[in-house]
Amino acid sequence: MAIIRTEHLGREVEGKRILDDINLEVSEGEVVAIVGPSGAGKSSLLRLLNRLDEPTTGTVYFAGQDYRTLAPAELRRRVGMVMQTAFLFPGTVAENVRFGPSQRDELLSAQAVGSLLAQVGLEGFSTREIHNLSGGEAQRVALARALANSPAVLLLDEPTSALDEDSKLGIENLISAVVESRRLTCVIVTHDLQQAGRMAARVALLSSGRLVRTGLTREVFGAERQP
Amino acid sequence: MLNGNLSNHLLLGLAQAGLAAVMVIAAMLLARRRQIHVERETLIALLRGLSQVIAVGFVFIVLLRGPRWTSGVILALMIVVAAATSARRAKSIPGAFQTSLCAIAVGAGLIIAIMVLSGVIEHTITALVPVGSMLIAAAMNSNALALDRFRAEVESHVGEIESALALGASPPAAVARFVQISYRASLIPPLNNLRTLGIVWIPGLMTGMLLSGSPPLYAAVYQFVVIAMMFAASGLTCLISTGLIRGHAFTAAQQLRLRGKAA
Repeated sequence: MAIIRTEHLGREVEGKRILDDINLEVSEGEVVAIVGPSGAGKSSLLRLLNRLDEPTTGTVYFAGQDYRTLAPAELRRRVGMVMQTAFLFPGTVAENVRFGPSQRDELLSAQAVGSLLAQVGLEGFSTREIHNLSGGEAQRVALARALANSPAVLLLDEPTSALDEDSKLGIENLISAVVESRRLTCVIVTHDLQQAGRMAARVALLSSGRLVRTGLTREVFGAERQP
Repeated sequence: MLNGNLSNHLLLGLAQAGLAAVMVIAAMLLARRRQIHVERETLIALLRGLSQVIAVGFVFIVLLRGPRWTSGVILALMIVVAAATSARRAKSIPGAFQTSLCAIAVGAGLIIAIMVLSGVIEHTITALVPVGSMLIAAAMNSNALALDRFRAEVESHVGEIESALALGASPPAAVARFVQISYRASLIPPLNNLRTLGIVWIPGLMTGMLLSGSPPLYAAVYQFVVIAMMFAASGLTCLISTGLIRGHAFTAAQQLRLRGKAA
């Protein structure tokens, strides 16, 4: 079953069409990579999927329901997002991880925070101030913070592009492990085709705001998907 | 309409204004020697300022003979102009004028009303309009600072705010930190006024009272009362404006509208 389905989705900004007639389905538990050249509309599409921006045409169905009928905060809780930069809030790592649930007056226990941090390889980081973190550690906290909301879908917007090569592979492996262990549905935007090949079973190729091709990664790239 | 005595006062005032203008022009010329060119703005501001206060003087001549309710009309007009002026600092925020109008009308208006009802401000036109205008001006300046700071903070923290929204935060929760920063920043001038009152500056009202023969101690205490009222009006205005403006920074679907260069 498609957990996310876009129907004639489009967006126009100041008279310029940046996305046009996007029809895309993402099944439950699937990892889909959105690839394409710079300016193709990859990040814009991702922002439409959790309604950080408003479509000017078409809509998105989340679990079969038009997402405009859902409260935006509830939709975003269920469709988590990790951005290119971690954008952590001032304070400690634990405060960041607790942020999402606290918006619904839920307090994550120290144990739950510790468990989430362990999943992202940051055991013992709870009380660490965020300004003492490296770029890779910050991105791990951003991932744990998104997971704390127990989302059904995880949107990843170039999550490794701001990191060095070592951190990049570490985060990539971590995301793959977390997505697999939680059976998360995942949509990842990347300009790195090799990364798309390593992480996603299916790719959607965007060009000039239009979806020009979707299919299995190996078919689209003409090569076997690497483990 | 003008009697001889008033004409003499006017001539004397104009002569004094001329001397003051000469000093302004001297300062401008000194700046010019250091290649700082502010001649045009300074001359326009001088002429504008002088013609405005003369016009206000004429208005007072008429008003002093008019009914008391006219002071309410004047203060209401001042609030509208104050709202338009401070809203210009936040042009990119939709609804900045309505927000400013509501905030200044309630913030300054409430303090003026309380002070008039309690007898701190006399309800004569000569007392109510000048003191009321000081409160409205203070509210306007603080409101402009609050809106400008809020816009700047939001536009430079788009990623952080959208991360909060993406985690299910409501718009007020997503910008709460920036509302607090803006509110604090807006209160710096009135706080400094209170702190330095009588030490660094002796404000105009007290000077006027002393010149008109009021007892110095009463003039000093009354000046404190006015500065404290200005602080209260500023605080209340900014509390309302920062509360209202955060709603205008987002769409109905809780998307950040105020994205600056990130848009």
